[in-house]
Amino acid sequence: MSKPILEIKNLHAGVENKQILKGFNLTINESEVHALMGLNGSGKSTLAAILAGRDGYEVTEGTVNYLGKDLLELDPEERAREGVFLAFQYPVEIPGVNSTYFLKAALNEIRKHHGLQELDAIEFLALVKDKIKLLELNEDLLKRSINEGFSGGEKKRAEIFQMAVLEPKLAILDETDSGLDIDALKVVAGGVNKLRRTDSAQLVITHYQRLLNHIVPDFVHVMADGKIVKTGGKELALELEAGGYEAILKQ
Amino acid sequence: MSTATDTIEDLVKTEYKYGFVTDVETESTPPGLSEETIRHISAKKNEPAWLTDWRIKAFQYWQKMPEPTWQFVKYPPIDFQAISYFSQPKPKANAPKSLDEVDPKLLETYEKLGIPLRERERLAGVAVDAIFDSVSVGTTYREDLAKKGIIFCSFSEAVQEHPELVKKYLGSVVPYTDNYYAALNSAVFTDGSFCYIPKGVRCPMELSTYFRINAAKSGQFERTLIIADDGGKVSYLEGCTAPMRDENQLHAAVVELVALESSEIKYSTVQNWYPGDENGVGGIYNFVTKRGLCKGKNSRITWTQVETGSAITWKYPSCVLLGDNSKGEFYSVAVVNNMQQADTGTKMIHIGKNTKSTIVSKGISAGRGQNSYRGLVKIQKTAENARNFSQCDSMLIGSKCGAHTFPYIEVKNTTASVEHEASTSKIGEDQIFYCNSRGLATQDAVNMIVNGFCKEVFKELPMEFAVEAQKLLGVSLEGSVG
Repeated sequence: MSKPILEIKNLHAGVENKQILKGFNLTINESEVHALMGLNGSGKSTLAAILAGRDGYEVTEGTVNYLGKDLLELDPEERAREGVFLAFQYPVEIPGVNSTYFLKAALNEIRKHHGLQELDAIEFLALVKDKIKLLELNEDLLKRSINEGFSGGEKKRAEIFQMAVLEPKLAILDETDSGLDIDALKVVAGGVNKLRRTDSAQLVITHYQRLLNHIVPDFVHVMADGKIVKTGGKELALELEAGGYEAILKQ
Repeated sequence: MSTATDTIEDLVKTEYKYGFVTDVETESTPPGLSEETIRHISAKKNEPAWLTDWRIKAFQYWQKMPEPTWQFVKYPPIDFQAISYFSQPKPKANAPKSLDEVDPKLLETYEKLGIPLRERERLAGVAVDAIFDSVSVGTTYREDLAKKGIIFCSFSEAVQEHPELVKKYLGSVVPYTDNYYAALNSAVFTDGSFCYIPKGVRCPMELSTYFRINAAKSGQFERTLIIADDGGKVSYLEGCTAPMRDENQLHAAVVELVALESSEIKYSTVQNWYPGDENGVGGIYNFVTKRGLCKGKNSRITWTQVETGSAITWKYPSCVLLGDNSKGEFYSVAVVNNMQQADTGTKMIHIGKNTKSTIVSKGISAGRGQNSYRGLVKIQKTAENARNFSQCDSMLIGSKCGAHTFPYIEVKNTTASVEHEASTSKIGEDQIFYCNSRGLATQDAVNMIVNGFCKEVFKELPMEFAVEAQKLLGVSLEGSVG
C-alpha cells in the first residue's frame, strides 16, 4: 500500500467564533489526485488556507498529520519547506520584486532545509528554462515583478509554474480554474498532469466539473457544511455535472 | 503557528551595529557658544581673517533668528550652550603627514565600519575622506586624483591650499542667512570635504566622505563644497555613523554643490546615524541643509539618499536650476522605525528655460515612526517650458506608524508642466503570507517587499553602495515584523 502523505482527522475550525469546518476527514496517499468539490461557502477554501497556515483561523478540534508531523504546529514557511504548496485562488502582486529572483530565493530555502546545496543563478536559470516549456508560459513574465500587471490567466499559470519549480510533496490547488477561459484551462491542467509524480500528491479544489475533464482525479469528494458528505471515483464529478449539488446533498 | 497580526505589531529590538565608542584621547572645547568659541575654532584651524569674519557675521545673524518650528517633528528644546563645538583626537605630536602617522585606533575604527583607509586595503576605485568628530583623519587616493587636476581634500586643507576657490564658492549656494541651522553651521563648522573637478575632467573613481561622530556631548557641523567646472563629472557618496549614547547629539551640516556648464554632479548619501533606542532615548538630530546650484547651461545635479538612521532627520536636498536646459533629480528612500521621525524631501527651483526636475520619494514607516515627505516645486516666470515629475510613495508596516505628504507647487509660467503622483500602501499580510507559503521567513519576506518598493531609488545608487543600502534597509527594519 502506498504511504499516506496527509491525514486529516475530525477537523473542526473556524474564524471569530464561526465554525466552518465541522468534522472534516481526509487521507491522501502518495501518487493520488483528489478533487474536492462543493458549493461556495462549504468550507473548501478554508481548508486550503488552514493547510497552508494562513493566519486568523482557529482549530478547535481534530488533527492534521503530514508525513508523520503535526502540520498545525508548523509555521507557514516551514510547511512550504517540508513540501506543502498552495496554488492561490487570488495570487497577490508584489511590485518591484522580480519573479525569477523570488522563485530562486524560495527554491533555495527549500533546498537549504533539506541539506542540499543552493543553486546559483546559472543553475537556476537552466532549471527555469526547462520548466517554462511545460506551461507554455511567456518568458517575459519571469522578468516582471511578481504577478504585477498579469492577467488572471497569467497569474494562475505562474502559480503552476512555481509548483513545477518547487516540486512539492503535496500540492493544493485552490480553485485554479476560476477565471480561466477554456484554452488557459487546458494549458494549466496539462501542466498539472505533467507534474504528477509517484512520490507526491495533489488536492484539487474546484467548484466546477469542467477542470476534471482535463485533470483526472483518483477520488472525488463532495463537501457540504464543513465536511465531506460523499466520496467516489471520477464518475461522481459527472454525476454532479448532470444532477447538480442538490441531488447529491439530498441523498 | 505564528500570527502575522501580532508579529507586525511587535516592536523592534534591533542592535545598532555601529554603536561602539573609540577610546582615543580627545581635545574638546568646553561646551558653550560665543564669539570667543568661534574665534577659538578659527584660530585652531589657522584660518584667514576673511573666514573668521564670515563666521562671526553668521553667528551674529544666527543669534537674531528664531528656531524654526514648522517641521513635522517633535523634540525637546536644544540647549546650544551645552554642546561642545570642537572635538578632535589629540594629535600625537604634530599633525599626521600621511595615513601611516594616523593613530592606529582611528584606522581601526574605520576598518570596523568597513571603510579601510590603509593603502593596501582600500576600497577598489573609491577615494575616501574620513571625518572623525570635527576633523578629517585622512583622505585616500589624493595623489592619483591630483594628476588629473582634481582636488579632493578636507575642507580645512582647502582653506589653506585653495583659499581662492573656497572664498569664491563658500556660501554661494547656501548663504549663512538661509536658515537657522545653516547660520549655525556657518558660524561653527569645523571640517568637511572639498572637491573641485576641473574643466572637461570626468572623475575616474567614486569620491566618498565618511562621517563619524565619536565624542560625547559634541556636535558635528561639517561643511562640504563640491564644484564641477565646465564639462566636469563626479559621483560622490557620503556615509555616516555614530556611537550609541543616551543623550541626543546634534548634526547640522551644510552641503553646497556648484555645477557649471554641461557638468554633472551625482551626490549619494547613505545616512545611518544612531537612531536612538526603541523608546526614543538618544540618537542623532540630523538637521542638514543640502543644496545644489545648476549654474551653467546643460548642467545636471542628482541627489540620491537612503536615510535609515537618526532620531530625527530634517533635510531637503534641493536643486536651483539656473542654467538653461539644466536638470535636477532627487531620489530618496527614508525609513523610520521605533520612535524615529523624518521630515524630508526636496526643493526644485526652476529659473532657466527648458529645465527639468524629477522627484522620486519612497517613505517607509514601521514601529511608531513618523515619516513626512515635504517638497517644493517652484517654476519661476523665466522658466519657459519647465518640466517636473514627482512621485511620492509611502509604505506602512504595522498600525502605529504614520506617513504624511506635504507637496507645495508654485507655478508662475504657463508653459510649465508639473506632475505629481502619490500613493500610500500598507505592507500586506497577504503579501507576507504569500512569501511564507513559498518557504520564505517573514523577515526575509518584508525585506524583499520593501526592497521591491525602493527599487527605483536603489538603481540610482552606485553599484557597490546599492548592495550596502539593501543590507542596511534589512538591518533597519529587523524586528519590525516576525
